[in-house]
Amino acid sequence: MSGASVPQGREGPAFDILARRGGLVLAALACIALVALFAGARYGMMLAIGLGFGIALEGLRFGFAGPWRAMILRREPAGILAQLLSIGIVSAVAIPLLAAHPDELTGAQAPIGWAMIGGAFVFGAAMQVVLGCGSGTLVNAGSGNPVGLLALPFFAIGSFAGAYHLIWWTGLGALPILTLSGWPGLIVTLAALAAVAGLLLRLARPEARHLPRRLVIAAIALAALAIANLVIAGQPWGVVYGLGLWAAKGFTALGGDLSGSAFWSAPGSERILQGSILTDYTSLTNIGIIAGAFAVAAWRSGGLSQKLPGYPMRAWLATIVAGFLLGYSSRLAFGCNVGAFFSGVSTGSLHGWVWFVAAFAGAVLGVRLRPLLGLETRA
Amino acid sequence: MTRTVTASAAIAFLAALLVFDQASADLNPYKAPPAFALGSGQASSGGFCGALPE
Repeated sequence: MSGASVPQGREGPAFDILARRGGLVLAALACIALVALFAGARYGMMLAIGLGFGIALEGLRFGFAGPWRAMILRREPAGILAQLLSIGIVSAVAIPLLAAHPDELTGAQAPIGWAMIGGAFVFGAAMQVVLGCGSGTLVNAGSGNPVGLLALPFFAIGSFAGAYHLIWWTGLGALPILTLSGWPGLIVTLAALAAVAGLLLRLARPEARHLPRRLVIAAIALAALAIANLVIAGQPWGVVYGLGLWAAKGFTALGGDLSGSAFWSAPGSERILQGSILTDYTSLTNIGIIAGAFAVAAWRSGGLSQKLPGYPMRAWLATIVAGFLLGYSSRLAFGCNVGAFFSGVSTGSLHGWVWFVAAFAGAVLGVRLRPLLGLETRA
Repeated sequence: MTRTVTASAAIAFLAALLVFDQASADLNPYKAPPAFALGSGQASSGGFCGALPE
């Protein structure tokens, strides 16, 4: 950008923009420093990673629900190809790292089961209704999208409730955890990602068979952040656990009793519930994503001055129900588009692949439900 | 009404969450784990959506 039009004095729009952007950078750095100082360096870095996720997702318009919708409705594969590229980059680092450091690093590895498959299907449908997935709901809320903002607390309550019942649902039938590990696992994962990309390109409209540079940059940025998440936290990028934890903390603060839940009364859960959310990795990255998306929206000229869209009452009710279902179903599915699909596939868990198929089938249904629920404001 | 209102509400929600959290749980940087899990020699013990509780 040329600086020729910037006024020399401390007045005028250019100075206002500079002051606003400078304030955003300083606020972000101050928050990271405070968390590092009062909680620990690892937690400060996790907040920084979360901010990076939020900035990359909102700033580069990288998402999950929108690209799936574009493929289903318009046979435009670019967004999903970018997702596959990012997952491939992470898997090339994560799968060998997990094999070499099994005592320090944990993958997003979970069992395939009936509830897991059903949960992924419902999640896929619900994420098309609100056009926001796990990460997308956080980004949408932070950037001022009213649907995302309304869905977020119900997503958290749903995640809490889904975890409350998770052990019962998993008892309906599940396979042992199946993983693709080591170098053979990496080769199979990369080959499967390439095969899906090839299938998408074959199904795509001929003029849509390209990957914009913006999405390539976003895919690389997200992959770098996801690898940093694994190396620093010892576990992959996730979203849903942190949201459920927030609701669980609120539930206990209101006098709620969690002893009836095998999940929330387990010693590991009790330990995390008694700690600060500033020492919970998914909470920190979730906070960072919301704040990072806000920062990008505030950074852009006119980013927050858009008028809010008008929706009928049934659309707001649908948002509440879909928000709750997003949270509940993603716990049954052992993760959302981030924890199960992105992190599951990139750390060699077969449940990530099953999640992808089931959620995409649900998304086909969700795309058709959205206009019926009054949430379609554009063609 | 513009997105300024809703985006500010999201940040206010985060601020309220952190105030509530700090009122109910203490931080102790001296009990913090090493900065990097990789190379720390310690097992990961954080909550994750793909894991059942210990």
